[in-house]
Amino acid sequence: MLKYDSIDELVRAAQAQGLPISELVLLDQAEAMELTPLEVYEKMELDLHVMRESVKAGSAEGQRSMSGLTGGEGYRMNSYVQSRGGGLCGPFLGRAMAMALSVAGCNASMGRIVAAPTAGSCGILPGCLVSLLEEGRITEDVAVRAMFTAGAFGMVIASRASIAGAQGGCQAECGSAAAMAAAALVEVMGGTPAQCADACAIAIASQLGVVCDPVAGLVEIPCIKRNVSGLMVAFSSADMALAGIEAKIPADECIDAMREVGDALPDTLKETARGGLAATPTGLRLRDQVFGAGA
Amino acid sequence: MNIFDIIGPVMIGPSSSHTAGAVRLGRVASKLISGRRLRRVEITLSGSFAQTYKGHGTDRALMAGIMGYHSYSPEIRSALEIARDRGIDYIFLKKNIKGAHPNTALIHYFTEDGAEGSMQGASVGGGNILVNRINGMEVHFNGENNTIIVMHQDKPGVIAAVTNMMHWQYADLNISSFYLSRESRGGNSIMTIEVDSLPPEDLMTKILEIDHVTNAILVRRL
Repeated sequence: MLKYDSIDELVRAAQAQGLPISELVLLDQAEAMELTPLEVYEKMELDLHVMRESVKAGSAEGQRSMSGLTGGEGYRMNSYVQSRGGGLCGPFLGRAMAMALSVAGCNASMGRIVAAPTAGSCGILPGCLVSLLEEGRITEDVAVRAMFTAGAFGMVIASRASIAGAQGGCQAECGSAAAMAAAALVEVMGGTPAQCADACAIAIASQLGVVCDPVAGLVEIPCIKRNVSGLMVAFSSADMALAGIEAKIPADECIDAMREVGDALPDTLKETARGGLAATPTGLRLRDQVFGAGA
Repeated sequence: MNIFDIIGPVMIGPSSSHTAGAVRLGRVASKLISGRRLRRVEITLSGSFAQTYKGHGTDRALMAGIMGYHSYSPEIRSALEIARDRGIDYIFLKKNIKGAHPNTALIHYFTEDGAEGSMQGASVGGGNILVNRINGMEVHFNGENNTIIVMHQDKPGVIAAVTNMMHWQYADLNISSFYLSRESRGGNSIMTIEVDSLPPEDLMTKILEIDHVTNAILVRRL
């Protein structure tokens, strides 16, 4: 059975057995959970189904968050991409960004989402995979399998560092989600296990030190937009790895660095809403608007 | 940890700690309520729960859990309206519970048949919870294992009677954790017994038959 405490070990095990990481992890998790591989696969298929539903729910025109501070981001992005020939990043990335915004918005409006790895970072993995799926560039089967690769990388990050903003800052939430998605993207595009690890390392390195500073303590500002940042990092890291650009610092060491940076961050920047954007004059005003002055 | 702790859970947003964890806390209370009709619920919110509960829907999430809904139930959004429709009188109080984890809720319930009880617990991150008190007595469990709560009078031999019966009648049932708490010598007591597998359905009935046991509740793995 795999221990999920080292990316290097994961890559070596996949190489030794000549399997993609997704297949290795699917079989291992079935054994660990005392289920058949088909049962484990079907559970993941259900998660993908929920992700697609939350993309849809969050892209509605009138979508608003519980607090009223945010809403309609996915709808705006979609309209812009359609009317401006895709915008700066082109139609594919534009739509992927809209999906990340939609899922994060769905979460903020008490809609149903899959935490991946957390609720605050729930838009990144669906933004990456559902976009490819709806574009017809991958099949549903490939997307479901890729989620096992993403999950395996997430398990290593959770065990070596953290996936909680309160412990490690936003790098631990959106950073981890981007690293997981980057590894999954490499696999679906035919990259090797070692390239999956490179993409993971590059994505973490790109977001090291990002703080968790939610305005009013709510999973809205800046969380919804940071899902888009995470998505862009996931795509760019995967493309670099697929291009053969190696990570100079191995993924395990990047994860360890993320832990060290997370430990060094002051509490004000770890989901307490006492620093960063949350403590700006506008952040404080928005907090008062939701909870009343003196909250 | 398994892969679905990372890709998952499927949950109603926006926060794993302030929404999904709050539903799970409420669900533990719903187990204690055991299907009796609720008359009134008083929920005390402490720390971060008290400060931000409205924006995270923590109030809706707790009520949804108390009524038995899951952290993935769409009904969470309208849980307060559902409670009103069911004639449940509820109130949310903001008060700092000394020494408690920042995300702590104390749920005090009153049923239509005149029973009452309470449960205090914390949402400790990622949807995980820790239950700290039942009816004011200290307990320690997190819902990651199947947990049997046995309420009884503090009398010699009750623990042996319960555990012996479990062993002789269900040889495969292994206890992974045991915690005892009492109000006073000879007074109300609680055993918290965590077991590795899912106990057979008639186990609770058999525990209830034991002298000095007043209640036995199974909190299935959340």
